[in-house]
Amino acid sequence: MSGLDRRGLIAGAGAALGGLWLAGCDRLNRSPTAQALIGRGEALTYKAQRALLGGGQLAKEFAPKDVSPAFKANGTMRPRTPEYEALLASQFADWRLVVDGLVKTPLSLSLADLHAEPARSQITRHDCVEGWSCIGQWRGARLGPLLEKAGLADSARYIVFHCADRLGGEGPRGLYYESLDLADAFHPQTLLAYEMNGAPLSVPHGAPLRLRVERQLGYKHAKYVMRIEAVESFAHIAGGKGGFWEDRGYEWYAGI
Amino acid sequence: MVKIRIRRHSLPVRIAHWVNAAAFVLLLASGLQIFNAHPALYWGQKSDFDRPWVAMTPSGSADGRLIGVTEVAGRRFDTTNLLGVSDGQARGFPAWATLPSYRSLAEGRRWHFAMAWLFAINGALYLLWTFLSGHLFRDLWPTREQSRPRHIFKDILDHARLRFPKGEEARRYNVIQKWAYLAVILVLLPLMVLTGLCMSPGFNAVAPWLVEAFGGRQSARTIHFLSASGLVLFFLVHLSLVALSGLWNNLRSMVTGRYAIEVGE
Repeated sequence: MSGLDRRGLIAGAGAALGGLWLAGCDRLNRSPTAQALIGRGEALTYKAQRALLGGGQLAKEFAPKDVSPAFKANGTMRPRTPEYEALLASQFADWRLVVDGLVKTPLSLSLADLHAEPARSQITRHDCVEGWSCIGQWRGARLGPLLEKAGLADSARYIVFHCADRLGGEGPRGLYYESLDLADAFHPQTLLAYEMNGAPLSVPHGAPLRLRVERQLGYKHAKYVMRIEAVESFAHIAGGKGGFWEDRGYEWYAGI
Repeated sequence: MVKIRIRRHSLPVRIAHWVNAAAFVLLLASGLQIFNAHPALYWGQKSDFDRPWVAMTPSGSADGRLIGVTEVAGRRFDTTNLLGVSDGQARGFPAWATLPSYRSLAEGRRWHFAMAWLFAINGALYLLWTFLSGHLFRDLWPTREQSRPRHIFKDILDHARLRFPKGEEARRYNVIQKWAYLAVILVLLPLMVLTGLCMSPGFNAVAPWLVEAFGGRQSARTIHFLSASGLVLFFLVHLSLVALSGLWNNLRSMVTGRYAIEVGE
């Protein structure tokens, strides 16, 4: 056998083995048994997190010197809808946050109204699901007191955040949304933030209002929040998994 | 000389070994999938995007092709087709190294966390057993005689010449082997679990001291990657030495527990 033949054969065998390996991995990934096993793992992860985080522990807060000089914005950088563009043009003078659903008193709040609500400032680390972290200072209305003001019905179990941005394009499933259970909604560090690093929230970071839920990953921190809805179940909303990224395979509880 | 079969690996060791092997391969491949979502590493609490410690990035060449550039501590290397760019696409690690092969952070994460449970529970049971049964101090801890510099030096020379212990000497592990196993089971594997937990913002709220002990979340992520790299290095050396020092004998001993050695009559 000539050297070239042998090299060709080895390369061919290598490519074939590589192909088999890839196909094997992806086949394993598609197998219902493997997926069932993974599903069990996910349920265990959720239960473990809920057991550990039931006590309302606070996320670490940092000093002003720790703030990232360049806080990365991710997802939508600017919602390109006519509605949002109009709100932005008037500097959100006509913007209202609607709080409705399973509440006794539905609310409609302007930015000035929100500024008058019980507020909190915190310097926290933002961990993106991709792996990077940035530290920023946030100021906003605490979600808990706001929900108490609206008065949750007994049947309310989740708080859904409807956003202005269409990260998923046109259609009913294109809108960004997120949801929290009541434990996280009433956590003292859960804010509707209107300020970042001492300035009004910029458009890439979710102007005029974004959610901060410090013990979870970045995709839970919905930007461009327009409406807060108390629900018993989120199964009827968009893909039914409780959030834009959740509908695309990510965990609803983003604690890890 | 006669060949006899000795009992080498007990049943708990064999079970733990293969469960760990399966979990390790799946954790590695799904871990690289997760890494590919942001193929860069930093030290400290936060990411300084302008000064990563490690970064794998695509870069255009003069003839319009994409080249993969890997940057480590300020030095840049062309790693096209392995890191940064493979199959003409921007990717940290190539498709053959990740689970699934196509880009899916969501699926990689689901695999990683499911396998992490298997890995951590298996590892914890193994450590408990190895300690309580006496396996750790009887079989894995170097003896006083093995720890003498002369002995260690001879062992290094023997390894370098691929001369493996025979006869009575093959009844026990040699000192370098013992060090390698101890480093893996007592340092690298526990480090994987601890640094892995420190990437969870939820866990960080529960035990803030642990992520601080590693120097911050980005440091914990970098140590997670380095520790995994150490395990990959061990894995490659382990497979090579298993093959070179008697593939079937080694494999059989990790399946049935029986290991053949030659002894004088």
